[in-house]
Amino acid sequence: MSVRSELGGALPPAIIFDRIDKRFGAVHANRAIQLAIARGEIHALVGENGAGKSTLMSILFGFYRADSGRILIDGQESRIASPSDAIAYGIGMVHQHFMLVEPMSVADNLLLGHEGGFALGGGRKALLARLDVLARDYDLAIDPDAIVGELPVGLQQRVELLKSLVRDADILVLDEPTAVLTPGEADRLFALLRDLKARGKTIILITHKLREVMAIADRVSVLRQGALVGTYPIAQTHEAALAAAMIGRRVQMPQRADDAPIDTPLLTVQNLSARDARGRIAVMDVSFTLRRGEILGIAGVAGNGQTELLETLAGLRPHERGIVRFTHHDIADASPDDLHALGIRHIPEDRLRYGLVSQFPIWENCLIGADAEESALIDRPAAIDDAAWMMQAYDVRPNNPLLRAGALSGGNQQKLILGREIEQKPQLLLVGQPTRGVDIGAIAFIHHRLLDLRAQGVAILLISVELDEILRLSDRILVMHQGRIAGERRAGETDERDLGLLMAGIA
Amino acid sequence: MSAPLPLPVWVDRVLMPASALATAALAAALLLLAIGENPAEALAIMLRGALGSGEGIGFTLYYATNFIFTGLAVALAYRAGMFNIGAEGQATMAGIGAALMIFAAERFTQGLLLVPIGIAGAMLFGALWGAIPGWLQAWRGSHVVITTIMFNFLAAIVSVYLLVNVMGKEGSMQPETRLIADGSQLWTFQALFAALGITIPATPLNFSFILALLAAFVVWIAIERSKFGFHLRLTGAGNESARYAGIDTRRMTVLAMALSGALAAGMAVNEVMGVQHRVLIEFSSGYGFVGIAVALMGRNHPVGVILSALLFGALYQGGAELAFERPAITRDLIVTLSGLVIFCVGALDQLYRTPLARLFTRRVVR
Repeated sequence: MSVRSELGGALPPAIIFDRIDKRFGAVHANRAIQLAIARGEIHALVGENGAGKSTLMSILFGFYRADSGRILIDGQESRIASPSDAIAYGIGMVHQHFMLVEPMSVADNLLLGHEGGFALGGGRKALLARLDVLARDYDLAIDPDAIVGELPVGLQQRVELLKSLVRDADILVLDEPTAVLTPGEADRLFALLRDLKARGKTIILITHKLREVMAIADRVSVLRQGALVGTYPIAQTHEAALAAAMIGRRVQMPQRADDAPIDTPLLTVQNLSARDARGRIAVMDVSFTLRRGEILGIAGVAGNGQTELLETLAGLRPHERGIVRFTHHDIADASPDDLHALGIRHIPEDRLRYGLVSQFPIWENCLIGADAEESALIDRPAAIDDAAWMMQAYDVRPNNPLLRAGALSGGNQQKLILGREIEQKPQLLLVGQPTRGVDIGAIAFIHHRLLDLRAQGVAILLISVELDEILRLSDRILVMHQGRIAGERRAGETDERDLGLLMAGIA
Repeated sequence: MSAPLPLPVWVDRVLMPASALATAALAAALLLLAIGENPAEALAIMLRGALGSGEGIGFTLYYATNFIFTGLAVALAYRAGMFNIGAEGQATMAGIGAALMIFAAERFTQGLLLVPIGIAGAMLFGALWGAIPGWLQAWRGSHVVITTIMFNFLAAIVSVYLLVNVMGKEGSMQPETRLIADGSQLWTFQALFAALGITIPATPLNFSFILALLAAFVVWIAIERSKFGFHLRLTGAGNESARYAGIDTRRMTVLAMALSGALAAGMAVNEVMGVQHRVLIEFSSGYGFVGIAVALMGRNHPVGVILSALLFGALYQGGAELAFERPAITRDLIVTLSGLVIFCVGALDQLYRTPLARLFTRRVVR
């Protein structure tokens, strides 16, 4: 489908960002961005973390105000001071982290803010009628009485999208919508987006998956360091060109060497089961071995027990039953302290929950779980020096150990944790989502370091929802589905499609 | 709830407490105007009373001693992620502990050894009274805010029972103990200075003040510079980083509450061993609660605690002087005035954060 109105066409563009400029202190988040989004197009917005995509969209949605510049909607200058203004202009946003009330029903979530009076009756009736129409128009059927928290992630996202549609949004902004979806669910989402486009909706898609951009967008705009690099029709660009435009240079992604792992199992897991925070069984009878010099990848859609498996192995979650052995040690009940003593380190999935304290300075963060060699009084100058050296070695920028860890970008926080854990000379490294929310340059760096460790004979358990990452790094791949191992594959004998079927529990 | 807005350090540590204090002063001035008193004159009397004479300064520092100890107690628990409302009860039990240990040891010695024995008794009982709520939170999940409040009542009731039925002075209806042995009484500043040949007025100020400053220094080293303090602050960091680091957070919870209680015990040392030389009923008279405001205003940092303790000490002493000099201003009004200060720096402490953050971030941006 072609773009229905170009800039000079009869209809004005749906949105014009006119010299939008925004600073946060020393950070120039948006530099005079000039961008027109045509009506009825799917416009992808790509860029590294911190390139300014989210800032621009937050300005559009009224979370921030631009320091200067204006936004024209349908050719009219707009005044968007809050999200409710944005909604009034017909702008809807599907956030990466859903803004849903999980214990409430679908209908109640959709009613929020549109209750239509004290008794809710009128609003609810109108809503149900509207849902009927939407279900017919878009094949978007959903049970309005279902409890949101009990829905699978794909359907939760549908509720989030419906929130915008029941409000008659003409412009939809989706922030990393496929991050939590299986490949199959992503395909269904894309079909829906094409359908919405066919009915005249304008869609802005924020993503870092260039393949998706190529598959669905009409045009793509690239942001780098707050500035617009360019806008390209999809037919006239390709993935490599976009990646280069995003980071301003070419990135060499490392490749795993083809040498075989050493054949002694270091970690043996047998019939391990564990419960999640709500007390439901999240890990079911999981068994595997991991050898020295091997990377074992665990793939799966987020929320299929990988998090609980990692936390259980890392000593942060009690196991229900099963055996976990590291060489000849039984470590099923070991605490993180015990594991450290054995040379087992953990790079957690959730950096800010486990790995860092954002209000502490970086040098203190370098000591979290890594201060065994410090005496009772911490040698502050030495610790600061060590941190500075480590930041240098692991390319953590800006290189100032006195800054608070919260002042670092996600990629630099991740490199900090990576450096801290690797410097403890592990024999076994448990790694969760090492590149979540990390830009391409940092991803390449992190992959390099993990492969270096593998070459040194370290055993690595890699849990990731990024199939690219799993396929590139792993010697063997396990796929988790609903807490169980749905299948095992050797590297080179599988592909994204094959894994996708296992992840969906089909194969 | 959103994270606190980041502010320049001096705004957070100086301007915000100063604005809160100014608010309290304004409210107090209005109150004084309403009863027909001149606020400027009242302030002058308070300042003169608190700082204008050797006697005033002595009393101010005596009050400040109590506030340093209770402020440190609250601050240390806060750094470990807990809000210890129970310094009052911990100090009450500490007073009992000091007296019990001294009475027990008096049979063997009358000398200086009684001082460390008394202090140890106070710290032991204070620590125990803090550790129990800590244990209840760590292992049973009951919140320390609730349990420490209840433990204040328990301490009050237990101490009344003990003072009336067990430890009371023979042949007296007063709910108080007999005097502790001379050897266990802490030297007053008057005595200390007299030994140096300097004459100063008689005030309750005693050796405990030096202990309080020493305690602040030790707490500073422990929290900011030691591995133990690092683990304590990780435990209080509000996420799972301490567990991830391999710290036994339940043990740390109990330990931090015990240490907090042991610090609160310093107030009992001041009152029981330094001033009254016996355990009086309700000798803690609210110093433990004021410690919460002291810690908040001092940003839970030992240096800040000392400074705000001095301020509250001056307020107490100046207020007493004011009530003495102006008949229209009663003791109750003084309580109201200090209540205003506690309310403004304690409860309304964050009142100016948002406007100040706006003011200062805007200035940085442009």
